Amino acid sequence: MLLQVNQLQVTYRQIGRPPLRAVRGISFELNAGQSLGIVGESGCGKSSAAKAIIGLQTEFDGEIRFEGKSVHKMNRAERIQYRRSVQMVFQDAVGSLNPHMTVRQTLEEVLRVHRMVPAGQIPKRISELLELVSLPERVLAAYPREISGGQCQRVSFARCLALNPRVILADEPVSALDVSVQARILNLLRTLQKELNLAILLISHDLAVVRTICDRVCVMYKGQFVETGTTTAVLETPQNDYTKSLLAAVPDVNRSLDAGRGALRAS
Amino acid sequence: MQEAKSVGQQEPLLEIRHLSVTFRHEGVETTPVHDVSLCVHRGERVAVVGESGCGKSLSAMSVTQLSPTDRARLGGEILFEGEDLLRAGQKRLEQVRGQGIAYVFQDPSASLNPVMRVYRQITETNRELSKAERLARTEQLLAEVGLPDPPRLARAYPCEMSGGQQQRVMLAIALAQRPRLLIADEPTTALDVTTQQKVLDLIDALAVKYNMAVLLITHNLGLVAGRMQRVYVLYSGYTVESGDVRDILLYPQHPYTKGLLAAVPRLDAPKDQPLADIPGTVPSPDDWPPGCVFEPRCGEAFDRCRREVPPIHRLADGRMCACWKRMEGEPCCCK
Repeated sequence: MLLQVNQLQVTYRQIGRPPLRAVRGISFELNAGQSLGIVGESGCGKSSAAKAIIGLQTEFDGEIRFEGKSVHKMNRAERIQYRRSVQMVFQDAVGSLNPHMTVRQTLEEVLRVHRMVPAGQIPKRISELLELVSLPERVLAAYPREISGGQCQRVSFARCLALNPRVILADEPVSALDVSVQARILNLLRTLQKELNLAILLISHDLAVVRTICDRVCVMYKGQFVETGTTTAVLETPQNDYTKSLLAAVPDVNRSLDAGRGALRAS
Repeated sequence: MQEAKSVGQQEPLLEIRHLSVTFRHEGVETTPVHDVSLCVHRGERVAVVGESGCGKSLSAMSVTQLSPTDRARLGGEILFEGEDLLRAGQKRLEQVRGQGIAYVFQDPSASLNPVMRVYRQITETNRELSKAERLARTEQLLAEVGLPDPPRLARAYPCEMSGGQQQRVMLAIALAQRPRLLIADEPTTALDVTTQQKVLDLIDALAVKYNMAVLLITHNLGLVAGRMQRVYVLYSGYTVESGDVRDILLYPQHPYTKGLLAAVPRLDAPKDQPLADIPGTVPSPDDWPPGCVFEPRCGEAFDRCRREVPPIHRLADGRMCACWKRMEGEPCCCK
């Protein structure tokens, strides 16, 4: 098993208030080549769980195991390898890139710091990465503000892929993008998953997006999973009331249009 | 006029004719909005859709010359209740803003003043009132936008509220002067799906209650489908297609509209097919093709598209469409 999360709990201490239990014991497993979606509204604990998995939130209860080894018991070298292997893509593509660095500098930095390739081969590796995410060479000289949001998100993906990750954790990767760009980033994510046999953990509140990417889905509400299963099963025959209300809230062109078609036929 | 017929022969509340917005920066001129025409009738719900950078927001800001369009050269006509706002003075515009036309923007946390209590922001234009009166007025408005515990929230700071609550406060501010037109620029993009639905339901309910027209700017066609009556599709500073929401979404004619619709992730699509997308990007305003603006990204383009800008035609079902492949109707100068 590549990534195993066992009874994960994240609790934030607060001054003058009872502690906030953001994640209340969630468990899941993820293997190479699989994709899992976590859906829920803001405040349900999705991002707290993500932070714990990626190592930005080190205080948590429960267990996170990577290739069978608990992250709390890893030595320094293992922890560094773990952090390389689990990479995150954030919602705000432009904001998650350093505004003072060109795309080339951003990618160079990762490769250099982690000594991924010998210094002489850095330019070649950068070209490969750009090709993976279908970006033209000319963006290398640009600063994040000079390229579009969709291109920035591709740079974020290239930055992750530079470290040869095994798991990509994508937190709302397309919710800040236009529909047409959204489609392209989602297609990219699917191709990358197939080509590189990546495990994908996708956090989103958009069920239609989750559906295009994920094999399995967990619906999270108030820090717990209220429903889990294959994407098809959960979306087509939801059992839990919260899942049903979430599905009903998705603004769906087709559902509205089908209603419109029905009305047309009736009239 | 088709639109006028469908809602009785009345004068439109807002009519934008051939709007262009030109900025001059260090001696170089760019024109992000080239030719946008649209109209909104009293109490009508109209949507404007398109990708980012196509001029949706700029067109909306131009209506009352909000920044940055106050520094731009605006061409065409913007008629609000028959009065050309492009030729109105500052004093008059200040009256129209708020009382005639109110705005709600995308990010409520950026629109609200973080160091001002909610009641002071909501009644900022009513400084003649006493503190007690301002609190009372705020509580009434907060109740109207469906916020719980108005007395507490009236004294709260924006950071103490959730995004959905903040957007409701923005709505309360917009409604304070009972505007005839609410321009909502991506009002729910920063919100959750469930909150989004509630905020849009609220806007619908208030629009009906006060016979207020709504101009919704969005890139989410799913929002347009169930709620709005007419839609304008903007591309790169031009209106490319417009008409009844159901006609446009069920039977899109312009290739751009078709592309936008195909790109929406669906809950019922076959799972293993890649999503359709529109190749390329919106051209930047200083790099426009000589013919149709959509031609470089269009799968149906032919010679004429590369040379000449297609005029807007009115098709048989009353919709407007600007495409050389859809020329069967009569040419139309406006809307």
